[in-house]
Amino acid sequence: MSQITLNVNGAAQALELEPDMPLLYALRNHLNLNGAKYGCGLGQCGACTVIVDDQPVFACLTPCAGLQGKQIRTVESLGSAEKPGPLQAAFIEKQAAQCGYCIAGMLMRAQALLERNPHPDEETIREHMAGNLCRCGTHLRIIEAISLVAGQHGSRP
Amino acid sequence: MNLSWLKPRTFWIAVALLAAVALIAAVLLMWRPAIAPIERPPIFDTAQIHRGARVVEAGDCAVCHTRPGGEYLAGGLPLVTPFGTLYSTNITPDAQTGIGQWSLPAFERAMRQGIARDGHFLYPAFPYVHYRLMSPDDIADAYAYLMSGPAVQAPARQNQMNFPMNIRPLVSFWNLLFLHGEPLTPLAERSAAWNRGRYLVDGPGHCAGCHSPLNLIGAEKSSKYLHGGTVDGWDAPALVGLGQRANPWNREQLVDYLRADVVAGHGTPAGPMRPVSLSLARLPASEADAIAEYLLSLEQPPTVTETTAPTPVDPASTAQGALLFTSACAGCHGRAAPMREIDGRPPLHSTSALHAASSRNFLKTVLEGLPPTPGAPGPQMPGFAASVDNRQLAALAAYLRQQARPDQPWADLSSTIEALRQEAK
Repeated sequence: MSQITLNVNGAAQALELEPDMPLLYALRNHLNLNGAKYGCGLGQCGACTVIVDDQPVFACLTPCAGLQGKQIRTVESLGSAEKPGPLQAAFIEKQAAQCGYCIAGMLMRAQALLERNPHPDEETIREHMAGNLCRCGTHLRIIEAISLVAGQHGSRP
Repeated sequence: MNLSWLKPRTFWIAVALLAAVALIAAVLLMWRPAIAPIERPPIFDTAQIHRGARVVEAGDCAVCHTRPGGEYLAGGLPLVTPFGTLYSTNITPDAQTGIGQWSLPAFERAMRQGIARDGHFLYPAFPYVHYRLMSPDDIADAYAYLMSGPAVQAPARQNQMNFPMNIRPLVSFWNLLFLHGEPLTPLAERSAAWNRGRYLVDGPGHCAGCHSPLNLIGAEKSSKYLHGGTVDGWDAPALVGLGQRANPWNREQLVDYLRADVVAGHGTPAGPMRPVSLSLARLPASEADAIAEYLLSLEQPPTVTETTAPTPVDPASTAQGALLFTSACAGCHGRAAPMREIDGRPPLHSTSALHAASSRNFLKTVLEGLPPTPGAPGPQMPGFAASVDNRQLAALAAYLRQQARPDQPWADLSSTIEALRQEAK
Protein backbone atom coordinates (compact mmCIF):
# COMPACT_ATOMS: atom_id res chain seq x y z
CA MET A 1 0.00 0.00 0.00
CA SER A 2 1.14 3.51 -0.58
CA GLN A 3 -0.13 6.92 0.39
CA ILE A 4 -1.44 8.83 -2.65
CA THR A 5 -3.19 12.20 -2.63
CA LEU A 6 -5.60 12.67 -5.52
CA ASN A 7 -7.30 15.95 -6.31
CA VAL A 8 -10.77 14.93 -7.42
CA ASN A 9 -13.48 17.42 -8.36
CA GLY A 10 -11.61 20.18 -6.55
CA ALA A 11 -11.02 18.35 -3.24
CA ALA A 12 -7.76 16.74 -2.09
CA GLN A 13 -8.26 13.10 -1.11
CA ALA A 14 -5.55 11.27 0.83
CA LEU A 15 -5.85 7.58 -0.01
CA GLU A 16 -4.10 4.31 0.87
CA LEU A 17 -3.88 2.50 -2.45
CA GLU A 18 -2.09 -0.40 -4.05
CA PRO A 19 0.58 1.34 -6.10
CA ASP A 20 -0.52 -0.35 -9.33
CA MET A 21 -4.19 0.61 -9.02
CA PRO A 22 -5.82 2.25 -12.05
CA LEU A 23 -7.73 5.47 -11.33
CA LEU A 24 -11.17 3.98 -12.01
CA TYR A 25 -11.01 1.69 -8.95
CA ALA A 26 -9.87 4.49 -6.69
CA LEU A 27 -12.77 6.65 -7.85
CA ARG A 28 -15.43 3.96 -7.53
CA ASN A 29 -14.23 1.85 -4.61
CA HIS A 30 -12.48 4.41 -2.44
CA LEU A 31 -14.30 7.66 -3.20
CA ASN A 32 -17.77 6.32 -4.03
CA LEU A 33 -17.78 8.27 -7.27
CA ASN A 34 -19.67 5.70 -9.30
CA GLY A 35 -20.39 7.81 -12.38
CA ALA A 36 -17.41 6.50 -14.33
CA LYS A 37 -18.15 2.91 -15.35
CA TYR A 38 -16.11 -0.20 -15.93
CA GLY A 39 -16.84 -1.22 -19.52
CA CYS A 40 -14.07 -3.23 -21.12
CA GLY A 41 -11.01 -2.50 -18.99
CA LEU A 42 -9.01 -2.23 -22.23
CA GLY A 43 -9.39 1.40 -23.23
CA GLN A 44 -11.62 0.42 -26.13
CA CYS A 45 -15.08 1.60 -25.05
CA GLY A 46 -14.74 4.83 -23.10
CA ALA A 47 -17.33 4.17 -20.35
CA CYS A 48 -14.67 5.07 -17.76
CA THR A 49 -13.66 8.41 -19.33
CA VAL A 50 -12.76 11.19 -16.88
CA ILE A 51 -10.82 14.43 -17.33
CA VAL A 52 -7.27 14.82 -16.01
CA ASP A 53 -6.19 18.47 -16.15
CA ASP A 54 -7.78 19.25 -19.53
CA GLN A 55 -7.52 15.89 -21.29
CA PRO A 56 -10.06 13.05 -21.43
CA VAL A 57 -8.46 9.78 -20.29
CA PHE A 58 -9.58 6.17 -19.87
CA ALA A 59 -9.63 5.83 -16.06
CA CYS A 60 -9.47 2.02 -16.35
CA LEU A 61 -5.89 2.14 -17.56
CA THR A 62 -4.57 5.36 -16.07
CA PRO A 63 -2.31 4.55 -13.10
CA CYS A 64 -3.03 6.51 -9.90
CA ALA A 65 0.68 6.71 -9.23
CA GLY A 66 1.31 9.57 -11.67
CA LEU A 67 -1.74 11.65 -10.84
CA GLN A 68 -0.57 13.49 -7.72
CA GLY A 69 -0.85 17.21 -8.28
CA LYS A 70 -3.21 16.82 -11.24
CA GLN A 71 -6.83 17.94 -11.35
CA ILE A 72 -9.13 14.96 -11.85
CA ARG A 73 -12.76 15.60 -12.78
CA THR A 74 -15.60 13.08 -13.00
CA VAL A 75 -19.17 13.40 -14.24
CA GLU A 76 -20.21 14.28 -10.68
CA SER A 77 -18.49 17.65 -11.17
CA LEU A 78 -20.78 18.68 -14.04
CA GLY A 79 -24.02 18.93 -12.04
CA SER A 80 -26.55 16.86 -10.15
CA ALA A 81 -29.89 15.22 -10.90
CA GLU A 82 -31.59 18.31 -9.44
CA LYS A 83 -29.31 20.80 -11.11
CA PRO A 84 -27.84 19.32 -14.26
CA GLY A 85 -25.07 21.26 -16.00
CA PRO A 86 -25.62 22.62 -19.54
CA LEU A 87 -24.17 19.53 -21.27
CA GLN A 88 -26.16 17.18 -19.03
CA ALA A 89 -29.31 19.23 -19.68
CA ALA A 90 -28.72 18.92 -23.42
CA PHE A 91 -28.32 15.13 -23.12
CA ILE A 92 -31.65 15.03 -21.28
CA GLU A 93 -33.34 17.32 -23.80
CA LYS A 94 -32.17 15.19 -26.73
CA GLN A 95 -32.89 11.97 -24.77
CA ALA A 96 -29.37 10.82 -25.60
CA ALA A 97 -29.27 8.00 -23.05
CA GLN A 98 -30.88 4.61 -23.55
CA CYS A 99 -29.40 2.24 -20.96
CA GLY A 100 -27.09 5.04 -19.80
CA TYR A 101 -24.01 2.98 -19.09
CA CYS A 102 -21.78 4.90 -21.49
CA ILE A 103 -23.18 8.35 -20.77
CA ALA A 104 -20.88 9.48 -17.96
CA GLY A 105 -17.92 8.76 -20.21
CA MET A 106 -19.59 10.43 -23.18
CA LEU A 107 -20.27 13.55 -21.11
CA MET A 108 -16.70 13.84 -19.89
CA ARG A 109 -15.17 13.33 -23.33
CA ALA A 110 -17.56 15.92 -24.80
CA GLN A 111 -16.88 18.31 -21.90
CA ALA A 112 -13.14 18.19 -22.59
CA LEU A 113 -13.78 19.12 -26.22
CA LEU A 114 -16.15 22.00 -25.40
CA GLU A 115 -13.70 23.49 -22.92
CA ARG A 116 -11.00 23.57 -25.57
CA ASN A 117 -13.27 24.50 -28.47
CA PRO A 118 -16.68 25.87 -27.37
CA HIS A 119 -18.18 25.76 -30.88
CA PRO A 120 -16.96 22.64 -32.66
CA ASP A 121 -18.60 21.65 -35.96
CA GLU A 122 -20.17 18.23 -36.34
CA GLU A 123 -17.13 16.72 -38.07
CA THR A 124 -14.93 17.78 -35.14
CA ILE A 125 -17.44 16.36 -32.66
CA ARG A 126 -17.61 13.03 -34.50
CA GLU A 127 -13.85 12.75 -34.70
CA HIS A 128 -13.38 13.65 -31.04
CA MET A 129 -16.10 11.29 -29.78
CA ALA A 130 -14.90 8.32 -31.86
CA GLY A 131 -13.11 6.79 -28.86
CA ASN A 132 -16.35 6.25 -26.91
CA LEU A 133 -18.86 3.56 -27.81
CA CYS A 134 -22.58 3.24 -27.04
CA ARG A 135 -23.84 -0.29 -27.45
CA CYS A 136 -27.46 0.90 -27.57
CA GLY A 137 -26.57 2.96 -30.61
CA THR A 138 -27.62 6.44 -29.43
CA HIS A 139 -24.56 8.05 -31.02
CA LEU A 140 -26.68 10.29 -33.25
CA ARG A 141 -28.58 11.69 -30.28
CA ILE A 142 -25.34 12.14 -28.37
CA ILE A 143 -23.91 14.14 -31.27
CA GLU A 144 -27.14 16.20 -31.40
CA ALA A 145 -26.87 16.95 -27.69
CA ILE A 146 -23.25 18.07 -27.97
CA SER A 147 -24.09 20.12 -31.08
CA LEU A 148 -26.88 21.81 -29.11
CA VAL A 149 -24.41 23.08 -26.51
CA ALA A 150 -21.81 23.86 -29.19
CA GLY A 151 -24.33 26.00 -31.06
CA GLN A 152 -25.21 28.18 -28.06
CA HIS A 153 -22.91 31.05 -28.89
CA GLY A 154 -21.62 33.09 -26.02
CA SER A 155 -22.60 30.60 -23.32
CA ARG A 156 -20.10 28.51 -21.44
CA PRO A 157 -20.68 24.76 -21.53
CA MET B 1 42.46 40.30 -62.58
CA ASN B 2 43.98 42.76 -65.05
CA LEU B 3 41.64 43.37 -67.94
CA SER B 4 43.40 46.47 -69.29
CA TRP B 5 44.36 44.63 -72.51
CA LEU B 6 40.65 44.46 -73.32
CA LYS B 7 39.24 47.34 -75.24
CA PRO B 8 36.22 48.67 -73.37
CA ARG B 9 33.98 47.75 -76.26
CA THR B 10 35.21 44.15 -76.48
CA PHE B 11 34.85 43.87 -72.73
CA TRP B 12 31.21 44.89 -72.76
CA ILE B 13 30.42 42.55 -75.62
CA ALA B 14 31.97 39.68 -73.63
CA VAL B 15 29.90 40.60 -70.57
CA ALA B 16 26.73 40.75 -72.63
CA LEU B 17 27.46 37.35 -74.20
CA LEU B 18 28.13 35.78 -70.82
CA ALA B 19 24.92 37.25 -69.43
CA ALA B 20 22.98 35.93 -72.43
CA VAL B 21 24.46 32.45 -71.98
CA ALA B 22 23.63 32.51 -68.27
CA LEU B 23 20.10 33.66 -69.02
CA ILE B 24 19.58 30.91 -71.59
CA ALA B 25 20.99 28.33 -69.17
CA ALA B 26 18.69 29.58 -66.40
CA VAL B 27 15.68 29.48 -68.70
CA LEU B 28 16.55 26.00 -69.93
CA LEU B 29 17.01 24.83 -66.37
CA MET B 30 14.12 26.57 -64.64
CA TRP B 31 11.45 26.97 -67.29
CA ARG B 32 9.19 24.21 -68.47
CA PRO B 33 6.41 24.70 -71.02
CA ALA B 34 2.77 24.13 -70.21
CA ILE B 35 1.17 21.14 -71.88
CA ALA B 36 -2.10 21.99 -73.60
CA PRO B 37 -5.17 21.30 -71.45
CA ILE B 38 -7.61 18.64 -72.55
CA GLU B 39 -11.32 19.34 -72.82
CA ARG B 40 -12.49 16.46 -70.65
CA PRO B 41 -11.02 13.22 -69.30
CA PRO B 42 -10.90 10.44 -71.91
CA ILE B 43 -13.01 7.29 -71.57
CA PHE B 44 -11.08 4.16 -70.61
CA ASP B 45 -12.01 0.50 -70.68
CA THR B 46 -12.86 -1.19 -67.42
CA ALA B 47 -9.93 -3.61 -67.45
CA GLN B 48 -7.44 -0.75 -67.68
CA ILE B 49 -9.18 1.15 -64.87
CA HIS B 50 -8.99 -1.96 -62.69
CA ARG B 51 -5.28 -2.36 -63.42
CA GLY B 52 -4.82 1.31 -62.61
CA ALA B 53 -6.55 0.91 -59.25
CA ARG B 54 -3.85 -1.58 -58.28
CA VAL B 55 -1.06 0.71 -59.42
CA VAL B 56 -2.53 3.60 -57.41
CA GLU B 57 -2.77 1.32 -54.36
CA ALA B 58 0.83 0.10 -54.83
CA GLY B 59 1.94 3.72 -55.21
CA ASP B 60 0.21 4.73 -51.96
CA CYS B 61 -1.25 7.75 -53.75
CA ALA B 62 -4.22 7.98 -51.39
CA VAL B 63 -2.00 7.82 -48.31
CA CYS B 64 -0.82 11.39 -48.97
CA HIS B 65 -3.49 12.67 -51.36
CA THR B 66 -6.41 12.05 -48.99
CA ARG B 67 -6.65 14.01 -45.76
CA PRO B 68 -8.33 12.45 -42.71
CA GLY B 69 -12.06 12.97 -43.09
CA GLY B 70 -11.54 14.37 -46.59
CA GLU B 71 -12.69 13.17 -50.00
CA TYR B 72 -10.71 10.34 -51.60
CA LEU B 73 -7.68 11.70 -53.53
CA ALA B 74 -8.80 15.33 -53.11
CA GLY B 75 -5.57 16.27 -51.27
CA GLY B 76 -5.16 18.63 -48.33
CA LEU B 77 -2.97 16.46 -46.12
CA PRO B 78 -0.23 18.54 -44.46
CA LEU B 79 3.29 17.17 -44.96
CA VAL B 80 5.68 18.65 -42.43
CA THR B 81 9.20 18.86 -43.87
CA PRO B 82 12.36 20.49 -42.51
CA PHE B 83 11.75 23.19 -45.15
CA GLY B 84 8.17 24.08 -44.23
CA THR B 85 4.72 22.57 -44.53
CA LEU B 86 3.33 21.32 -47.83
CA TYR B 87 -0.24 20.31 -48.57
CA SER B 88 -0.94 17.43 -50.92
CA THR B 89 -3.00 18.41 -53.94
CA ASN B 90 -6.22 17.27 -55.53
CA ILE B 91 -5.63 14.45 -58.03
CA THR B 92 -9.28 13.80 -58.86
CA PRO B 93 -10.32 14.68 -62.44
CA ASP B 94 -11.84 18.04 -61.47
CA ALA B 95 -11.01 20.49 -64.27
CA GLN B 96 -10.35 23.55 -62.11
CA THR B 97 -8.85 22.20 -58.89
CA GLY B 98 -7.74 18.68 -59.85
CA ILE B 99 -6.00 17.05 -62.82
CA GLY B 100 -9.08 16.98 -65.08
CA GLN B 101 -7.27 18.98 -67.81
CA TRP B 102 -4.14 16.83 -67.76
CA SER B 103 -3.36 14.73 -70.81
CA LEU B 104 -1.47 11.45 -70.44
CA PRO B 105 1.80 13.13 -71.54
CA ALA B 106 1.27 15.82 -68.88
CA PHE B 107 0.61 13.15 -66.24
CA GLU B 108 3.63 11.12 -67.32
CA ARG B 109 5.86 14.22 -67.23
CA ALA B 110 4.69 14.89 -63.66
CA MET B 111 5.35 11.28 -62.66
CA ARG B 112 8.81 11.16 -64.23
CA GLN B 113 10.08 14.73 -63.94
CA GLY B 114 8.02 16.40 -61.24
CA ILE B 115 6.53 19.08 -63.52
CA ALA B 116 2.85 20.03 -63.32
CA ARG B 117 0.78 20.39 -66.49
CA ASP B 118 1.09 24.18 -66.44
CA GLY B 119 4.88 23.87 -66.22
CA HIS B 120 5.49 24.61 -62.54
CA PHE B 121 7.94 22.52 -60.55
CA LEU B 122 6.46 20.09 -58.03
CA TYR B 123 8.24 19.60 -54.72
CA PRO B 124 10.17 16.33 -54.36
CA ALA B 125 7.95 15.32 -51.42
CA PHE B 126 5.98 13.97 -54.38
CA PRO B 127 8.19 10.93 -55.02
CA TYR B 128 8.77 11.39 -58.75
CA VAL B 129 12.36 10.21 -58.22
CA HIS B 130 10.75 6.79 -57.69
CA TYR B 131 7.75 7.03 -59.97
CA ARG B 132 10.08 7.75 -62.90
CA LEU B 133 11.28 4.13 -62.55
CA MET B 134 7.78 2.82 -63.29
CA SER B 135 6.79 1.22 -66.57
CA PRO B 136 4.93 3.36 -69.13
CA ASP B 137 2.02 0.91 -68.95
CA ASP B 138 1.65 1.27 -65.18
CA ILE B 139 1.67 5.05 -65.48
CA ALA B 140 -0.95 4.93 -68.22
CA ASP B 141 -3.10 2.57 -66.15
CA ALA B 142 -2.82 4.80 -63.06
CA TYR B 143 -3.83 7.73 -65.25
CA ALA B 144 -6.86 5.80 -66.51
CA TYR B 145 -7.95 5.01 -62.97
CA LEU B 146 -7.44 8.53 -61.63
CA MET B 147 -9.22 10.16 -64.57
CA SER B 148 -12.20 7.82 -64.23
CA GLY B 149 -12.98 8.57 -60.59
CA PRO B 150 -15.42 11.17 -59.28
CA ALA B 151 -14.24 14.75 -59.73
CA VAL B 152 -14.05 16.59 -56.42
CA GLN B 153 -13.78 20.34 -56.24
CA ALA B 154 -11.08 21.03 -53.66
CA PRO B 155 -8.61 23.87 -54.26
CA ALA B 156 -5.03 23.34 -53.14
CA ARG B 157 -4.18 24.74 -49.74
CA GLN B 158 -1.45 27.36 -49.54
CA ASN B 159 1.93 25.79 -48.77
CA GLN B 160 3.97 27.29 -45.97
CA MET B 161 7.50 26.78 -47.24
CA ASN B 162 10.40 28.72 -45.79
CA PHE B 163 12.61 30.97 -47.90
CA PRO B 164 14.26 30.06 -50.25
CA MET B 165 12.37 26.80 -50.71
CA ASN B 166 9.19 28.76 -51.43
CA ILE B 167 10.72 29.60 -54.85
CA ARG B 168 9.68 26.61 -56.92
CA PRO B 169 12.12 27.04 -59.85
CA LEU B 170 14.94 26.32 -57.39
CA VAL B 171 13.71 22.71 -57.38
CA SER B 172 15.35 22.50 -60.81
CA PHE B 173 18.78 22.51 -59.12
CA TRP B 174 17.65 19.72 -56.83
CA ASN B 175 16.49 17.78 -59.88
CA LEU B 176 19.83 18.36 -61.57
CA LEU B 177 21.53 16.65 -58.63
CA PHE B 178 19.12 13.88 -57.75
CA LEU B 179 16.78 13.15 -60.64
CA HIS B 180 18.12 10.25 -62.63
CA GLY B 181 17.30 6.64 -63.40
CA GLU B 182 15.34 4.95 -66.14
CA PRO B 183 12.32 2.65 -65.91
CA LEU B 184 13.50 -0.53 -64.19
CA THR B 185 14.24 -3.56 -66.31
CA PRO B 186 14.23 -7.07 -64.81
CA LEU B 187 17.57 -8.69 -63.99
CA ALA B 188 17.79 -12.01 -65.81
CA GLU B 189 19.68 -13.80 -63.03
CA ARG B 190 16.93 -13.08 -60.48
CA SER B 191 13.52 -14.69 -60.03
CA ALA B 192 10.35 -13.08 -61.35
CA ALA B 193 9.19 -12.45 -57.77
CA TRP B 194 12.47 -10.78 -56.85
CA ASN B 195 12.23 -8.49 -59.87
CA ARG B 196 8.62 -7.70 -59.12
CA GLY B 197 9.56 -6.97 -55.51
CA ARG B 198 12.38 -4.63 -56.53
CA TYR B 199 10.03 -2.85 -58.93
CA LEU B 200 7.40 -2.36 -56.23
CA VAL B 201 9.93 -1.24 -53.60
CA ASP B 202 11.92 1.17 -55.79
CA GLY B 203 9.17 2.28 -58.16
CA PRO B 204 5.56 2.80 -57.08
CA GLY B 205 6.08 1.78 -53.43
CA HIS B 206 8.85 4.42 -52.99
CA CYS B 207 9.95 2.67 -49.78
CA ALA B 208 13.26 4.54 -49.68
CA GLY B 209 11.35 7.81 -49.29
CA CYS B 210 11.06 6.93 -45.59
CA HIS B 211 13.44 3.99 -45.15
CA SER B 212 16.58 5.72 -46.45
CA PRO B 213 18.18 8.58 -44.54
CA LEU B 214 17.82 12.00 -46.17
CA ASN B 215 20.64 14.45 -46.78
CA LEU B 216 20.59 18.13 -45.81
CA ILE B 217 18.43 19.14 -48.75
CA GLY B 218 15.95 16.34 -48.34
CA ALA B 219 17.22 13.83 -50.92
CA GLU B 220 17.69 10.15 -50.17
CA LYS B 221 21.31 9.21 -49.52
CA SER B 222 21.80 6.63 -52.25
CA SER B 223 24.85 5.18 -50.48
CA LYS B 224 22.58 4.37 -47.52
CA TYR B 225 19.81 2.77 -49.59
CA LEU B 226 17.12 1.42 -47.23
CA HIS B 227 19.41 1.80 -44.20
CA GLY B 228 16.59 3.38 -42.20
CA GLY B 229 15.28 6.90 -41.72
CA THR B 230 12.92 8.98 -39.62
CA VAL B 231 9.42 10.06 -40.62
CA ASP B 232 6.92 12.07 -38.58
CA GLY B 233 8.91 11.24 -35.45
CA TRP B 234 8.78 7.51 -36.18
CA ASP B 235 11.81 5.41 -36.83
CA ALA B 236 11.53 3.89 -40.32
CA PRO B 237 13.72 0.85 -39.67
CA ALA B 238 16.50 -0.37 -41.93
CA LEU B 239 15.19 -2.82 -44.53
CA VAL B 240 18.58 -4.33 -45.20
CA GLY B 241 19.59 -7.39 -43.20
CA LEU B 242 16.02 -8.13 -42.08
CA GLY B 243 16.81 -11.84 -42.06
CA GLN B 244 20.05 -11.49 -40.09
CA ARG B 245 18.91 -9.41 -37.12
CA ALA B 246 18.78 -10.54 -33.52
CA ASN B 247 15.05 -11.08 -33.98
CA PRO B 248 15.10 -12.05 -37.66
CA TRP B 249 12.21 -11.86 -40.08
CA ASN B 250 11.22 -14.78 -42.25
CA ARG B 251 9.31 -14.47 -45.49
CA GLU B 252 5.95 -15.51 -44.09
CA GLN B 253 6.19 -13.04 -41.20
CA LEU B 254 7.19 -10.23 -43.52
CA VAL B 255 4.32 -10.94 -45.92
CA ASP B 256 1.80 -10.91 -43.07
CA TYR B 257 3.30 -7.73 -41.63
CA LEU B 258 3.27 -5.98 -45.00
CA ARG B 259 -0.43 -6.84 -45.19
CA ALA B 260 -1.19 -5.22 -41.81
CA ASP B 261 -1.58 -8.44 -39.82
CA VAL B 262 -0.40 -8.91 -36.25
CA VAL B 263 2.72 -11.06 -36.53
CA ALA B 264 4.00 -13.31 -33.75
CA GLY B 265 7.48 -12.18 -32.78
CA HIS B 266 7.22 -8.77 -34.43
CA GLY B 267 3.90 -6.99 -33.90
CA THR B 268 1.88 -4.98 -36.38
CA PRO B 269 2.58 -1.90 -38.51
CA ALA B 270 2.01 1.39 -36.68
CA GLY B 271 2.40 5.07 -37.45
CA PRO B 272 2.95 6.00 -41.11
CA MET B 273 3.48 2.32 -42.03
CA ARG B 274 -0.08 1.43 -41.02
CA PRO B 275 -1.82 3.04 -44.03
CA VAL B 276 0.91 1.72 -46.33
CA SER B 277 0.32 -1.84 -45.11
CA LEU B 278 -3.45 -1.41 -45.41
CA SER B 279 -2.89 -0.43 -49.06
CA LEU B 280 -0.76 -3.52 -49.62
CA ALA B 281 -3.42 -5.68 -47.97
CA ARG B 282 -5.84 -4.64 -50.71
CA LEU B 283 -3.47 -6.01 -53.39
CA PRO B 284 -3.02 -9.70 -54.23
CA ALA B 285 -0.83 -11.46 -51.63
CA SER B 286 1.70 -12.18 -54.38
CA GLU B 287 2.70 -8.48 -54.32
CA ALA B 288 3.66 -8.51 -50.62
CA ASP B 289 5.36 -11.86 -51.20
CA ALA B 290 7.47 -10.36 -54.00
CA ILE B 291 8.42 -7.41 -51.79
CA ALA B 292 9.40 -9.84 -49.02
CA GLU B 293 11.60 -11.88 -51.37
CA TYR B 294 13.39 -8.77 -52.59
CA LEU B 295 13.84 -7.20 -49.15
CA LEU B 296 15.14 -10.40 -47.57
CA SER B 297 17.79 -10.57 -50.31
CA LEU B 298 19.28 -7.26 -49.18
CA GLU B 299 22.37 -7.86 -47.08
CA GLN B 300 23.14 -6.27 -43.77
CA PRO B 301 25.97 -3.77 -44.19
CA PRO B 302 28.98 -4.31 -41.92
CA THR B 303 27.91 -2.67 -38.69
CA VAL B 304 30.00 -0.46 -36.49
CA THR B 305 30.43 -2.24 -33.19
CA GLU B 306 29.01 -0.46 -30.18
CA THR B 307 31.91 0.90 -28.19
CA THR B 308 30.07 2.73 -25.44
CA ALA B 309 29.22 0.63 -22.42
CA PRO B 310 25.46 0.41 -21.88
CA THR B 311 24.16 2.66 -19.15
CA PRO B 312 23.07 0.53 -16.21
CA VAL B 313 19.35 0.56 -15.59
CA ASP B 314 18.17 1.91 -12.27
CA PRO B 315 16.40 -1.04 -10.52
CA ALA B 316 13.95 1.36 -8.84
CA SER B 317 12.91 2.59 -12.27
CA THR B 318 12.26 -0.90 -13.63
CA ALA B 319 10.33 -1.79 -10.45
CA GLN B 320 8.14 1.26 -11.07
CA GLY B 321 7.86 0.19 -14.71
CA ALA B 322 6.57 -3.21 -13.63
CA LEU B 323 3.87 -1.56 -11.50
CA LEU B 324 2.85 0.70 -14.35
CA PHE B 325 2.68 -2.27 -16.69
CA THR B 326 0.21 -3.93 -14.32
CA SER B 327 -2.04 -0.89 -14.08
CA ALA B 328 -1.92 0.46 -17.63
CA CYS B 329 -0.90 -2.36 -19.97
CA ALA B 330 -1.62 -5.77 -18.45
CA GLY B 331 -5.34 -5.66 -19.25
CA CYS B 332 -4.37 -6.32 -22.86
CA HIS B 333 -0.69 -7.26 -22.81
CA GLY B 334 -0.43 -9.27 -19.57
CA ARG B 335 0.43 -12.96 -19.71
CA ALA B 336 -3.14 -14.20 -19.25
CA ALA B 337 -4.97 -11.31 -20.93
CA PRO B 338 -7.74 -12.43 -23.30
CA MET B 339 -6.16 -10.47 -26.12
CA ARG B 340 -3.06 -12.60 -25.77
CA GLU B 341 -4.85 -15.87 -25.17
CA ILE B 342 -7.76 -15.61 -27.57
CA ASP B 343 -6.63 -13.03 -30.11
CA GLY B 344 -3.09 -14.26 -30.63
CA ARG B 345 -1.25 -11.04 -29.82
CA PRO B 346 2.50 -11.46 -29.29
CA PRO B 347 4.06 -10.70 -25.91
CA LEU B 348 5.42 -7.14 -25.98
CA HIS B 349 8.99 -8.17 -25.27
CA SER B 350 9.18 -10.10 -28.53
CA THR B 351 8.04 -7.21 -30.73
CA SER B 352 10.31 -5.38 -33.18
CA ALA B 353 9.56 -2.08 -31.45
CA LEU B 354 11.15 -3.33 -28.22
CA HIS B 355 14.10 -4.92 -30.04
CA ALA B 356 14.88 -1.84 -32.12
CA ALA B 357 18.02 0.18 -31.46
CA SER B 358 15.90 3.29 -31.09
CA SER B 359 13.13 3.62 -28.50
CA ARG B 360 11.10 5.93 -30.73
CA ASN B 361 8.60 3.47 -32.16
CA PHE B 362 7.79 1.93 -28.80
CA LEU B 363 7.34 5.37 -27.22
CA LYS B 364 5.31 6.72 -30.14
CA THR B 365 3.01 3.69 -30.03
CA VAL B 366 2.37 4.15 -26.31
CA LEU B 367 1.80 7.89 -26.68
CA GLU B 368 -0.41 7.78 -29.77
CA GLY B 369 -1.81 4.24 -29.78
CA LEU B 370 -2.98 2.44 -32.89
CA PRO B 371 -6.02 3.98 -34.55
CA PRO B 372 -8.84 1.59 -35.44
CA THR B 373 -9.08 0.38 -39.03
CA PRO B 374 -12.55 1.01 -40.44
CA GLY B 375 -14.21 -2.31 -41.16
CA ALA B 376 -11.66 -4.40 -39.23
CA PRO B 377 -12.18 -5.71 -35.68
CA GLY B 378 -8.65 -4.78 -34.67
CA PRO B 379 -6.01 -4.18 -33.71
CA GLN B 380 -6.73 -0.95 -31.89
CA MET B 381 -4.83 0.61 -29.03
CA PRO B 382 -5.67 3.78 -27.13
CA GLY B 383 -3.01 6.47 -26.87
CA PHE B 384 -1.56 7.06 -23.40
CA ALA B 385 -0.24 10.60 -23.89
CA ALA B 386 -2.63 11.99 -21.25
CA SER B 387 -2.52 8.94 -18.97
CA VAL B 388 1.19 8.62 -18.19
CA ASP B 389 3.78 11.30 -17.54
CA ASN B 390 7.30 11.36 -18.95
CA ARG B 391 8.90 9.76 -15.90
CA GLN B 392 6.38 6.92 -15.92
CA LEU B 393 6.79 6.33 -19.62
CA ALA B 394 10.57 6.18 -19.21
CA ALA B 395 10.21 3.64 -16.39
CA LEU B 396 7.81 1.54 -18.43
CA ALA B 397 10.11 1.58 -21.45
CA ALA B 398 13.14 0.66 -19.35
CA TYR B 399 11.24 -2.23 -17.76
CA LEU B 400 10.00 -3.71 -21.04
CA ARG B 401 13.31 -3.15 -22.81
CA GLN B 402 15.04 -5.08 -20.05
CA GLN B 403 12.82 -8.06 -20.85
CA ALA B 404 13.51 -7.81 -24.58
CA ARG B 405 17.22 -6.90 -24.61
CA PRO B 406 18.68 -7.10 -21.09
CA ASP B 407 22.16 -6.54 -22.57
CA GLN B 408 21.24 -3.29 -24.33
CA PRO B 409 19.19 -0.81 -22.31
CA TRP B 410 17.91 2.19 -24.24
CA ALA B 411 19.94 5.32 -23.65
CA ASP B 412 18.44 8.82 -23.57
CA LEU B 413 14.87 7.73 -22.82
CA SER B 414 14.01 10.96 -21.00
CA SER B 415 15.30 13.23 -23.76
CA THR B 416 13.61 11.16 -26.48
CA ILE B 417 10.29 11.31 -24.65
CA GLU B 418 10.67 15.04 -24.13
CA ALA B 419 11.43 15.53 -27.84
CA LEU B 420 8.45 13.41 -28.92
CA ARG B 421 6.13 15.39 -26.64
CA GLN B 422 7.42 18.63 -28.12
CA GLU B 423 6.96 17.35 -31.67
CA ALA B 424 3.37 16.36 -30.88
CA LYS B 425 2.46 19.93 -29.86
